Order: sequence, then structure tokens, then C-alpha cells
Amino acid sequence: MFLGQVVGCLWCTVKNPGLTGLRLLLVQPLTPELRNTGKRLVCTDCTGAGAGEVVYWVRSKEAAAPFLPVEAPTDATVVGIVDSVRLNRPASLENAPC
Amino acid sequence: MLIARVIGDLVATRKHPDHEGRKLLLVQPLNLDGTDRGDAVIALDAVDAGAGDRVLIVTDGFAAATAVGRPLPSPIDMAVIGVIDHIDLPPDIL
Repeated sequence: MFLGQVVGCLWCTVKNPGLTGLRLLLVQPLTPELRNTGKRLVCTDCTGAGAGEVVYWVRSKEAAAPFLPVEAPTDATVVGIVDSVRLNRPASLENAPC
Repeated sequence: MLIARVIGDLVATRKHPDHEGRKLLLVQPLNLDGTDRGDAVIALDAVDAGAGDRVLIVTDGFAAATAVGRPLPSPIDMAVIGVIDHIDLPPDIL
């Protein structure tokens, strides 16, 4: 799963029937420090997340699992709204060789 | 599977029910020389790993859901499946 922030939503009138009723969110991937990383993408949503919220999302085939038995043709889904991130990156272990 | 370092965790009250009852760990995938391999990811914990641990993660849905004991199909694509004690490498491989 990956961290991200909801930056907007979008609507499609003409779409695959499997997507009927699903919310489509624009998500900006984030680093653990909550800085932007990578390109924005469109995710379906199973949590009710809104713009500005930090979320985590799942990719690939597993993204369709929350909507079963409807077979939604999706490859990225927001599966949780993040309340807090506790970062504990130990400085002494940074770049320590394996 | 990938080698990674646990760098933190996160709390999410509203989430998919299949994620309930397992820690959500922030893990940073590593190269063999210990440098970061891409961006950090979120993995469900199957072995009670903690911050600073060097761990083994799977990045496939079937493996991850099986490791955390969730029914298939489940919206889980990464899980921590082991805490690494030691890696034996010939020095010329780095």
C-alpha cells in the first residue's frame, strides 16, 4: 500500500457498468514525511475520503476486492484514511549496509 | 520479496475491515548496500515487527493476504513476513 493525499475528485457519465456508483478520487502519492512524490493518479474509493485527507491506497488486482461481488475494473483504490503517521527512522541505521 | 527497514507506523480509524487488527507499518525497501530503494511503502504486519527492524516484505496480493490470515480476495498488496537476523553475502557482490 502507498501513502497519498486526495487532491480532488472526478466524474464520468459514460463508463464501464462495474464503476457505477463508485467515487473516483485524484490522489497525489506522498512520502512518509508527507511530501509529494511521483505523479498523481485516479483511484476508486471505499472509505468516503474527501479532498485534503491523507489516505493509503492499494494497487493492482487487489484494488477491485472491496467492491466484490461487483467486478469493478479498477487498479487503484483508497482503502483507509490516515489519522496519524509516526515516523521513527533511526538515524544511526540510515544507509547501514545490509 | 524485498529487504526493507521499518521506519514507522500509521494509525487509520476508517479503513477496510480486512485491515483491522494488524499493524500498518511504514517500510523503506533497501538495496543490498543499505541505501533506499525507491519510496517507502505501507505493509500490514504479520510478524510483530517494530521500528528499526530489518524485515522481509512481500509485494504480491496473494502472498500478503495469506501471510496476515485474511480471506482472498482481500485489498492487501504488501505484508511484512519476517524479521531478518542476518544476511551472509560475499563482499564482492556489493
